[in-house]
Amino acid sequence: MLRKRLSHSTAVAAIAAAAFVLTGPAPATAEDDVIVIGSITTLEGPFATGGQDAYRAMEMAFEEIDYTIAGKRIEWIRESSDAQADVALARARKLIEQDDVDIIIGPLSGAEGIALRDYSRTLEGKTIVNGSSGAADTTLRDPSPNFFRFNTEGTQWTAGLGNYVYDELGVDHVALVAADYAFPYAQVMGFMLEYCAAGGAVTKLWSPLNTTDFGSIIANIPEDAGAIVLIQGGTDALAFLTQYAETGGDRPIIGGSITADQTLLSARGPHQRLMEGMVAAGPIADLNDDPMWIEWVEAYRERFPDGFDSPSIHAFNYYTNTKAVLLALEEVDGDLSDNQAAFQEALANVEFQNPMGANVRLDHNRQAISDIFLTRVVNDGGTMRTEAFGTTEGVTQSMGMDEEEFLALGSPSRDNPDCPPGS
Amino acid sequence: MSLQYALTVTLNGLTLAALYFIVASGFSLIFGLMRTVNMAHGSLYLIGAYVGFAVFDPLYMNDATYSYAWYIAILAGIAAAAIVGIVMQVAFLGWMQGQELRQALVTIGISIIVADQLLANFGGSPFQFFAPDILFGPMEIPFVGRYSTFRVFQIGVAVAVGVGLWLLLNKTRLGIMVRAGVDDRQMLAACGINVPLIAVFVFGLGAALAGFGGVIGATAQPTQLGIDVKFLLTSLVVVIVGGMGSIPGTAIGAILIGVTEQWGQALLPTYSVILTFVIMVAVLAVRPQGIMGRPD
Repeated sequence: MLRKRLSHSTAVAAIAAAAFVLTGPAPATAEDDVIVIGSITTLEGPFATGGQDAYRAMEMAFEEIDYTIAGKRIEWIRESSDAQADVALARARKLIEQDDVDIIIGPLSGAEGIALRDYSRTLEGKTIVNGSSGAADTTLRDPSPNFFRFNTEGTQWTAGLGNYVYDELGVDHVALVAADYAFPYAQVMGFMLEYCAAGGAVTKLWSPLNTTDFGSIIANIPEDAGAIVLIQGGTDALAFLTQYAETGGDRPIIGGSITADQTLLSARGPHQRLMEGMVAAGPIADLNDDPMWIEWVEAYRERFPDGFDSPSIHAFNYYTNTKAVLLALEEVDGDLSDNQAAFQEALANVEFQNPMGANVRLDHNRQAISDIFLTRVVNDGGTMRTEAFGTTEGVTQSMGMDEEEFLALGSPSRDNPDCPPGS
Repeated sequence: MSLQYALTVTLNGLTLAALYFIVASGFSLIFGLMRTVNMAHGSLYLIGAYVGFAVFDPLYMNDATYSYAWYIAILAGIAAAAIVGIVMQVAFLGWMQGQELRQALVTIGISIIVADQLLANFGGSPFQFFAPDILFGPMEIPFVGRYSTFRVFQIGVAVAVGVGLWLLLNKTRLGIMVRAGVDDRQMLAACGINVPLIAVFVFGLGAALAGFGGVIGATAQPTQLGIDVKFLLTSLVVVIVGGMGSIPGTAIGAILIGVTEQWGQALLPTYSVILTFVIMVAVLAVRPQGIMGRPD
């Protein structure tokens, strides 16, 4: 009898143990004093270096507050995507469903952002705060109440560039070499709104993301184009510039906001000849007199001696978004109860300065309004750096236009807007 | 459309085909002659490029060694890929000869491990070799105008690789043994030939070609992690279109794919990615063994 009973209880224990193994330990959120923040960036694919840098900046933001807010510990779960929307979505689901995170910070790339915006709408009591993705429609059209973006986006980033190229450089026809996906569409629209209105003509040359051989694109550049507007980033931009230099090309290059990035500036090679003097527009510049920026860059260099010479745009955006989350959490003392109602309210109203020293606040679509800089690539004692030489303050998502009027222009796409030569 | 434009795009296609041929010929050799589905072929390409670059970078920075850094990088890339290839064949693939699914899965595993190791050791930044001064910059080509010298050089390299391989397989004793091994392994072994040793040699040669392609490819275009998948896929398509194990077939496949890619990019940029697969589907439908392949 005793024996039978013993074996019985052993069996119960075994089942309990098995159940424990199967379900795992209780999820971290069961503890009251832990806030679980998940993040997604691209540690694979064409933007791997940008993604790596984004996580450096997030680490800085968390370390500044020693991973604690109002006595609560912050647990950070990192995920990676490869700049594809379906991958980002799968990783977001994993973070929400398996890791039970409270907040996701990410993703990095345009189409991923739209995918996560749509996903956030299906969630209750969870918040997704953008990482660095910059497609306009993520917040402009059909915004989700659970999706916040404290970085400015691709269209905003080009503020001032179109007018500069037409008026200051005196170029009335440009060849536009751009990658064929959501983020460049937004950048192209921002540039063309100004440039076409000023009277310029644009020949568009699209290439799929991950193009390594630009031979045919280069052959398609029209003879009479006075400059090349290069809306490419990462390896794609490096490939284009190297191959353009190799064919002896010498037109001035106007960059998109992720073209003159550290990924490219710090890579050695013949492309550097074309990049010196390259004008671009965007939310950051390596050389900027603002004391906040100088301090932040110093902190970055000290913390990450193996990082870039200066933080990349992705590091800047992830830091800005993480900072906003931390400020809002602080305001509500880390209270995420009531489906995060108080937290989301605080997040929507947070107003602060990003590391460039520019004021950041959200519009009614939970999209940042902030300053944009015109930049130029300079050779700063042997190191290529971008230098700010102009500012457009408080750029809204409708580029200063009336919102209705702006929306009526339609979504940016490969065909919208359009002002081909001879039209 | 001007003649100059048409010629430039075609030349772009041919130079791209040259790179594809160098990489795919190694794949074809292994796949076609040994029936080993080497899904880590792209990783061998990456190993060639990364190890070559690790050797190249310090030499290039030094004025004394700057002029021959690139040639040493080529040797280092070839050697590294060949050694890894030989280790793969001896340690894993040799004893599972004939189990194709198992070999495919093992090589996929190896490719994942290699990619992570390269990321851990070299970081994720893109890099590029700089060709020696005589190969860098534009040259004048009749009817085309200024054209990249290195791309023309690529065609020369591919032709040399193709002729070399053809001579090796058709005019040497070793080539006879390799071809005999394809037809009847047992009979060849019964003749007193060390078949596993030949397999190691063929694998090492195929891997060396991938490593060579890695350095050449990373001189023509920037290289970073992830490009291994692209070259594996291209090699697969080239070999399937051209016919497995056939060197002329691989050349035809590479030219078809390279030229189509470039013309596709020039005429229908959105659909250029699909075009290569359209060719593959068409060839498979009409001639399943590939253009120059032998029917089973």
